Formats: sequence, C-alpha cells, structure tokens
Amino acid sequence: MKRTLGTLTHPVIGDNPITVQILGICSALAVTTSLATALVMCAALTAVLTVASGLISALRHHIPQSIRLIVQITIIASLVIVVDEVLKAYAFEISKRLSVFVGLIITNCIVLGRAEAFAMRNPVGPSLLDGFGNSIGYSLILIVIGTIREVLGAGTLLGYSVLPTVAQGGWFTPLKLMLLAPSAFFLLGFLVWAVRAWRREQVEQPEFRIRRPAGGGRP
Amino acid sequence: MTEIILRAVFAENLILSLFLGMCTFLAVSNRMETALGLGIAVIVVQGITVPLNHLIHAYLLLEGAWAWAGLPKVDLTYLKLISFIGVIAAMVQILEMVLDRFSPRLYRALGIFLPLVTVNCAILGGSLFMVERRYDFADSVAYGFGSGLGWALAITAMAAIRARLKYSDIPDGLQGLGAAFMITGLMSLGFTAFAGIAAP
Repeated sequence: MKRTLGTLTHPVIGDNPITVQILGICSALAVTTSLATALVMCAALTAVLTVASGLISALRHHIPQSIRLIVQITIIASLVIVVDEVLKAYAFEISKRLSVFVGLIITNCIVLGRAEAFAMRNPVGPSLLDGFGNSIGYSLILIVIGTIREVLGAGTLLGYSVLPTVAQGGWFTPLKLMLLAPSAFFLLGFLVWAVRAWRREQVEQPEFRIRRPAGGGRP
Repeated sequence: MTEIILRAVFAENLILSLFLGMCTFLAVSNRMETALGLGIAVIVVQGITVPLNHLIHAYLLLEGAWAWAGLPKVDLTYLKLISFIGVIAAMVQILEMVLDRFSPRLYRALGIFLPLVTVNCAILGGSLFMVERRYDFADSVAYGFGSGLGWALAITAMAAIRARLKYSDIPDGLQGLGAAFMITGLMSLGFTAFAGIAAP
C-alpha cells in the first residue's frame, strides 16, 4: 500500500516532471497567461498521460522493441486527437485560446518520457498511478504560475476581479510584463530556486568549483 | 516573404516567445558544437516538413480536397495531428538514411541529433502554426526556414552564454536549471525589443 502511494505522490514534488525531470516545459509556460487556460491544459494533459500510460503498459509485451517509439507516438496522438475534438465541441472559446498547444501534447516530453521510463516496464496499475501522479506534479506548477501571472498581469483570477485595477477605479496598475513571455521564464526560474532551497538534495553540482584563496577575498 | 522570415526569426521566435522546443533547448545548450549541430538539423528538418505538411494539409486533409475523386464532403482535418507527426517521423528517418548514404561526414556530425528532432515540439508546432495562420505554399517555405533559423539562433546564443557562465559564482539553488531559465528570460526580454522589425 505504501509503495502504491509512493508511486502516486513521489512525482508531485520529490521528482516533479517540470522542476526535476525537466520534461514538458514548452506548454507549461505558454498556456499560463490565465488560470482558466492553465486548468484546461492540466485536465487535457492528465487525461492523455494517465490513459496513455495505462494503454502502453497494457500493450508492453506486444510492442516490438525496434518500433516502440512510433507505436507510442501513435497511441498518444490518437488520444490527443480525441481530447482536442472534445475540447472543440464543449469548450470552444478556451480551445481557441489554447490554439496549437493541445496538439503539442503529442510531443510533450512528459507523456513520451513516462511511457518510455515507467509504463514499458511496469504493470497497468502502477503505470496508471505514475501517469496520474506526474500529471498532478505538472498541474501544480501550471496552477501556481498561472495564478501569479493572471493576478499580477490582469488583476483577475478566473475572470473575477481580485485586485481592482486603475481602469476600473481601483488602485492596482496591471503589470503588463506578466502577460509577456519573459515573465514566465523568470517565474519558473524563481520557482525552481524556491523548491531547491527547500529540498537541498535537488541542487545541481556546478561543473567547476571556484576555489577561494586562503586568507579570504574574492578570487 | 521577407517579412514572414523576419517575424519568425525575431518577433515570434519559437523558443523565446512561443516556448517551443524548450526541453531540447535546455538539455543540449551546454556545449557550443552540439548546439550548432542541433540548430542546423532543426533548420533542415523544419525547412522540409513545414512545406510538406502544407501540401498534405491542402491536398489530402482539407474539406473538399477529395472532390476530384467524387467525394466533395470528406473532411479529414481531424487527422491533422497524427498525419503531421507521421510525416515528421518519416522525414527524419529518410533524411538520416540519405545523409548516411551521400554525406557521411554531415551524418556523423548530426547523427545523434536527428532522432531528437522528431520529438521536438518546435517542429510539430511550426506545422500547426502554419495551418492556423493559413499560409500559402510560398509563405510556408519562408516560415519553415525562418522559424528553424530563429530556433538555431536562440540555441547557439544560449550555448555561448552558458559557456561563459561556467566559471561564475551562482547561488546553489539556482545552479543549472534555475540559471538557464533566468538567462532565457533575459534573452526573451531582449528579443521582444525586436517586435517592431519589419521589412523595409
């Protein structure tokens, strides 16, 4: 039981797909200008990743080693097409705002990475949990960044006004930079820094150590 | 045409303003030679697949594309994603074999990077943007080349900066990934300044 729970919770922070495994960053940054798009993206990725992990794991004994990548990509692409069509049917506005990024779940490295690293070697149950756990880790980062960017960039959260903006007679001047690309990079950088300040074991070792000469002072 | 290239390289750079191909960008930008090799591979693959996908989309998938066969109502656009990724995977494989046969030196230089290019979101993203923006064939040739060039430019610049940073004293938690994000953020800030560039 404990091991099962570990499969689910380990990828949330300890082995988070974005901050530790460095997978799936493209979409994490592009869809976070507002919380609503981030949430829809999380739901789409959770559906695709969980089902794909389960399916690939169920088929793992029947996939020839030499063409496994093509088979995996085909399975993932079919699932993404289903999700894309569902979004177009029931949430057309949001799917327009997500533009190409739902389609890009196919090449989102998390899905392929988990399929290759976990689902190809483990039974269906743990693979489903692993897929779901990784989606939670991914969603967590997206929701944090999406919230910060929407609140500071537009003064709203899910469309409701949180900080009254100057244009509406309030006091808050929206930081337009938050809606542009650079802020996403900075926020993710700070987030990685924060996580690593808390979890010291994740810190990367530098290639070169700067030796400080005896007697102090900068080298 | 020049305008599309300039826009794809600077104002709408695939990495720095649309975040496409970040995974490879972060993983491979440690060394200058490898970054340059991957950059060239992306230019070549992007320059071939975007126009090819344009032809496939226009003549096989769009509604009415099968009118000549007496099937005017067939609309296969929902197969867009799977056919594009298939084309990309096949194209990369063919390119690998052609290079191996005719230019072994280039093959050895690019060899390990070509498979990486298949799962690079910049390639699929380029094709999807081409469809979304309704480029015609000439435009898609320009866009494929320009966006590949922009990607290569960004990754080589990043590799050059990271080479310099090896000897700098970075706080522990920011080492590696964190610093890479900060630099990319600054580069992206710089590239937004190109937004006003237009063909004279």
